[in-house]
Amino acid sequence: MTATAAPEQDRTTQKSAPRSLASRLVRRPSFVIGAAITLFWIGCAIFGAALVPYDPFETDVMNTLMPPSAAHWFGTDDLGRDIFSRVIVGARDILTVAPLATLLSTALGTALGLAMGYFGGVFDEVMSRLVDAILALPTVVVALLALTALGASTTTVLFVIGFTYVPIIGRTVRAAVLSERGLDYVSAAELRRENPLYTMFVEILPNVMPAILVEATVRLGYAIFTVATLSFIGFGIQPPSPDWGLSIASSYGLIGGGYWWTVLFDGLAIATLVIGVNLVADSVQGALND
Amino acid sequence: MTETSSLRIEGLSVGYSVKGQMQRILDNVSIEIGRGEAYGLVGESGCGKSTTAFAALRYLPRNGQVESGRILIDGHDVYALDTAQLQDLRRRSVAMVYQDPGRALNPSIRTGRQLAEVFELLGEQRADWQRRSVEMLERVRIRDPLSVMARFPHQLSGGMQQRVCIAMALASNPSLLILDEPTTGLDATVEAEVLDLIRQLRHDLKTSILFISHNLAVVAQMCDRVGVLYAGQLVEEGSTAELFRAPRHPYTAELLRCLPDRNRSKADAPLSTIPGFLPLPGSITQGCIFAERCRLADPLCRAVIPEAKWSGDGMSRCHHEDRIGELRATGTGLPSASREPGLGEPVLELHQVSKTFGQSAHHIRAVSEVDLTLREGETLGLVGESGSGKTTLAHAILGLTRPDPESTILLDGKTLGARLADRSLDQVKAMQIVFQNPDSALNRSHTVRRMIGRTISRLLNLSPEERTRRIEDLTRAVRLTPRHLSARPRQLSGGLKQRVAIARAFAGEPRVVICDEPTSALDVSVQAAILNLLVELQSSERVSYIFISHDLGVVRYISDRIAVLYLGRLLEVGPAKAVFEGPHHPYTEALLSSVPSIEDRPAHRVRLSGEIPSATGPMTGCIFHSRCPRKIGAICETQEPPRLQLGPDHVIDCHLPQDRLGRN
Amino acid sequence: MKRLLLSVATLWLLSVLIFAGARMLPGNVGRAMLGPFADARAVEQLNHELGTDRPLLEQYATWIGGFVTGDLGESYAYRAPVAPFLWTALLNSAKLALVAFLMVVPLGLLGGTIAALYRDRAADRILSALGLAATIVPEFVSGIILILIFGVWLRWFPISATAPEGAGLLTQVYHLILPAIPLVLVLFGYIARMARAGMIEALDADYTRTAVLKGLSYPRVIWRHVLRNALLPTISVIATQTVYLIGGLVVIEILFQYQGIGSLIYTAANKKDFPMLQAGILSIGILFTATTLIADLLYALLDPRIRHGGDE
Repeated sequence: MTATAAPEQDRTTQKSAPRSLASRLVRRPSFVIGAAITLFWIGCAIFGAALVPYDPFETDVMNTLMPPSAAHWFGTDDLGRDIFSRVIVGARDILTVAPLATLLSTALGTALGLAMGYFGGVFDEVMSRLVDAILALPTVVVALLALTALGASTTTVLFVIGFTYVPIIGRTVRAAVLSERGLDYVSAAELRRENPLYTMFVEILPNVMPAILVEATVRLGYAIFTVATLSFIGFGIQPPSPDWGLSIASSYGLIGGGYWWTVLFDGLAIATLVIGVNLVADSVQGALND
Repeated sequence: MTETSSLRIEGLSVGYSVKGQMQRILDNVSIEIGRGEAYGLVGESGCGKSTTAFAALRYLPRNGQVESGRILIDGHDVYALDTAQLQDLRRRSVAMVYQDPGRALNPSIRTGRQLAEVFELLGEQRADWQRRSVEMLERVRIRDPLSVMARFPHQLSGGMQQRVCIAMALASNPSLLILDEPTTGLDATVEAEVLDLIRQLRHDLKTSILFISHNLAVVAQMCDRVGVLYAGQLVEEGSTAELFRAPRHPYTAELLRCLPDRNRSKADAPLSTIPGFLPLPGSITQGCIFAERCRLADPLCRAVIPEAKWSGDGMSRCHHEDRIGELRATGTGLPSASREPGLGEPVLELHQVSKTFGQSAHHIRAVSEVDLTLREGETLGLVGESGSGKTTLAHAILGLTRPDPESTILLDGKTLGARLADRSLDQVKAMQIVFQNPDSALNRSHTVRRMIGRTISRLLNLSPEERTRRIEDLTRAVRLTPRHLSARPRQLSGGLKQRVAIARAFAGEPRVVICDEPTSALDVSVQAAILNLLVELQSSERVSYIFISHDLGVVRYISDRIAVLYLGRLLEVGPAKAVFEGPHHPYTEALLSSVPSIEDRPAHRVRLSGEIPSATGPMTGCIFHSRCPRKIGAICETQEPPRLQLGPDHVIDCHLPQDRLGRN
Repeated sequence: MKRLLLSVATLWLLSVLIFAGARMLPGNVGRAMLGPFADARAVEQLNHELGTDRPLLEQYATWIGGFVTGDLGESYAYRAPVAPFLWTALLNSAKLALVAFLMVVPLGLLGGTIAALYRDRAADRILSALGLAATIVPEFVSGIILILIFGVWLRWFPISATAPEGAGLLTQVYHLILPAIPLVLVLFGYIARMARAGMIEALDADYTRTAVLKGLSYPRVIWRHVLRNALLPTISVIATQTVYLIGGLVVIEILFQYQGIGSLIYTAANKKDFPMLQAGILSIGILFTATTLIADLLYALLDPRIRHGGDE
């Protein structure tokens, strides 16, 4: 065989296929820790109610504001409810609302960002102004306004947070799409007459998926942050839920009297959950950049 | 004891730790550069050229490590110095200039301050800094040093930035200057100027030079001695004249034969190529590192590492040095491209095609009133420097960008719509493109099968079986194996990726394929294979090519006719032979003489001065008048040049009378 | 100039959104204020008094017209002009924000710079992990824990942000330190992360290599060639952080009983005092837009690549 005709050697054997994202993730200690914490709270949210020693809603006027003890590991609150049970079950509502809101905003934000980045022009210009306008306000304030107008309930919190995050995700996706839009494979698609929807969803979307994945995990952390905050100021999850933010709101007036256990454990629960989710998000970002 | 060499590298091995494993990038490399000598280090990408340079300066990346060997600059062991001594060495004895001068200068500090810093470090009086800086800039032939010094780097052109970098490097009058691809990325005419400057300065300053380049011709022109690096080993070394005339290592010999140059065309013979790949660092532990790809290799080569063999001034690491001659004798076995005299009917015609970007106030005319005809089965080479509008013209033809209203593009005599949406399916599939950068052209999430298959199903009306068969045919035609079909781009090498892009371009049975610098990102051995493939496909599929390139050797090799573009205007169009032999347009003449060549240079050289002007605003007269070395007078500035008909198919836009145009 | 027009357009859109949110979403304002069991006639009368029975466009025109001329409307809850309440609240919040910024900007820049200089070493990992954790924990959680530790157990700081009437500057600052720390924690992670990224980019840049190979000493390379290019982009990042800061203020002011813009909005929301709510929220939007605008201009002024456009 001659030199010219000999095909270039197969490189598929030389370059091993990239390891899957999952296997790159489990090699990161921060991912393992973050995932363990997150899974713990997800477990509490699903199975907690069946496992806890006391009914988290049952009041006991004889045993109000008891400090932590063998009977009540985290003490009792001003109505005599067992705080340990409430903390465990308290994961449920926030871990329902925040992920659903994230899912909603990621779906809508992705569609918005794809359209803005792909079509550009006047549409992009107008939508960008709208996005800028909404992003000029803190999420908590936007949510506060919408919840004041609509009335606070668990469902409205879900939708309000879902919609509030659309512009942020849209902006991230748009930036990622714009850098893809300039690549020649998009021109190649035009040169075989693909319709815009195909180009957007089949050609471009897979290449911006990593960015969307990172954004979604980061956003989940903030959704938890925001739901907790809104619950704390009374515009989020409503009583009698054992939600952590809500419990802190109803008890923080007591800490001047030394009843620290009524807020500390709920606070730590929120802190560990958001840190766990953020460790996961950070690891995903790191693993994708490897 | 007096040290006679400026740089001495002894048995240098360098490794990089990648994911916890040491990969050896340089293996036992020894180089010696005498005082005042210019030493060229050549090799393909990834062979360890730059690593050698940075190891010499003790500036390896964070994961890099010298595993063994010594490096001496002016007799000082670089790795035995303490911090202060190392700084002193860098201040006084050695300097470096590298690729991409725009990044090498600090964007937020005026160039004058950055230059003065060198004198500051040398401990000179503050009062002298300015005078010395001006002196240095004048040395690198910057006409208005004070104004350059007052500017920020981004306000200078690439050529100017590189001059400033050179001035900065030479300001301390170092005994060793390391140049790492100093002209890669610059336009041909600018490159020629910078190389001239380096040659001149070397003459004046008696500085030793380590010149690193992938471009054999540049090294041939600049250096006294040359070393050839392959996969981290120095496989051959010798005086420039000897090494290029009679290489003693098979790799060097093969590399030289891959190069298209101005004396070869596809009608003569296919280019020679080197089969196989550069081995991964550290993957070959036994025998000769080149054995796997060598046509002379025998069991001895695969078992025993060849020793460096010296004869006279030259060194080679080959067991079969004496048989190099056989390589030349072996033909490639492929027939040369079949050339039929009398070309076919016009396929594509452009009349007055222009493209203006931006609004009235700040518009840029990227392409201006271009007339061109492309005939069936013909290759039209489109040459020009960056900003000449080559790619914009290609996009206008394809319908990816909308040309100005007065432009007309005809396919088979029928006017084409301005945008893709205005064209019929037949018209769209008739014209396809092979993009410059396969990483951008191929969707990294899709498999090869999907990319080719989708194109077929969008453009051709085929049954599933026919479609499968067509995928297989195309795969075979571009010399991919069926196993590649399920691969994604990142699993393929640059050459393989470009083959996929070519297969995709041919999937819809096009009549015209635009090749936009399809080989500029590839090493020469891979480039040769791709060029051969394109030639072969052309004769089997009867397509016409518009071949865009800034590499004149490549264009000469592949083109039947050549069009020369400058600032969006065609200055010359003609048969390839005629354009290369002359009479030339003055710009073509300058372009041709700026190309470095391994052979001796032509007797006269034309150099352009000044920067390429920007295409904003109206420019009267000849577009080239501001840089033309043969300007006649005011007429060039005021009147559009007439179109001179020099042959049946050869036209030039110039005021010069025909007999005064340059020739080769 | 173009930048300014865009900002104005953004603000106008924002005002429409706020108006829509406050007036259209609740439907009937009088009903929303009086509750579902109120008498229909009372609702109607209240709507008439407030002017909320007029066409929406007219209401919007009156509101935004007043806003532009400095008349921010009248509070439903206090039956008094909004403006004085708003100014006091903004001034108080500004004090708290200033204390937080004065702490976090140097800390964040320093933290990011140190992390970059010790890239992938222990110092970097610890700083990055702490920054990450601090950023994501809601202010009210860190606030509560701080109150428990420093206010209740150690008694180093007062647990109310409001200093006694007529207190001196130092006393005021003393009261603001504890409330500022949760804000500092949230912002520290962002600023440090940005500063670290900017530093690493500059450290890896070719011009840094040029400087080293010229023979400059390492501290001089950092000081003269790296820091300037690295920290410049962080300016605009810091400006965008004001929006998070204000978001945090709402919670912190409630937690520490401080009369700022956050508690003003919160109170207005609870009392369905829509004029107060609209004015408060729009003023936040204006503040944020102005801050980013100024930061952009400042950035352009400091970065020669933008200041001195292209060639010539």
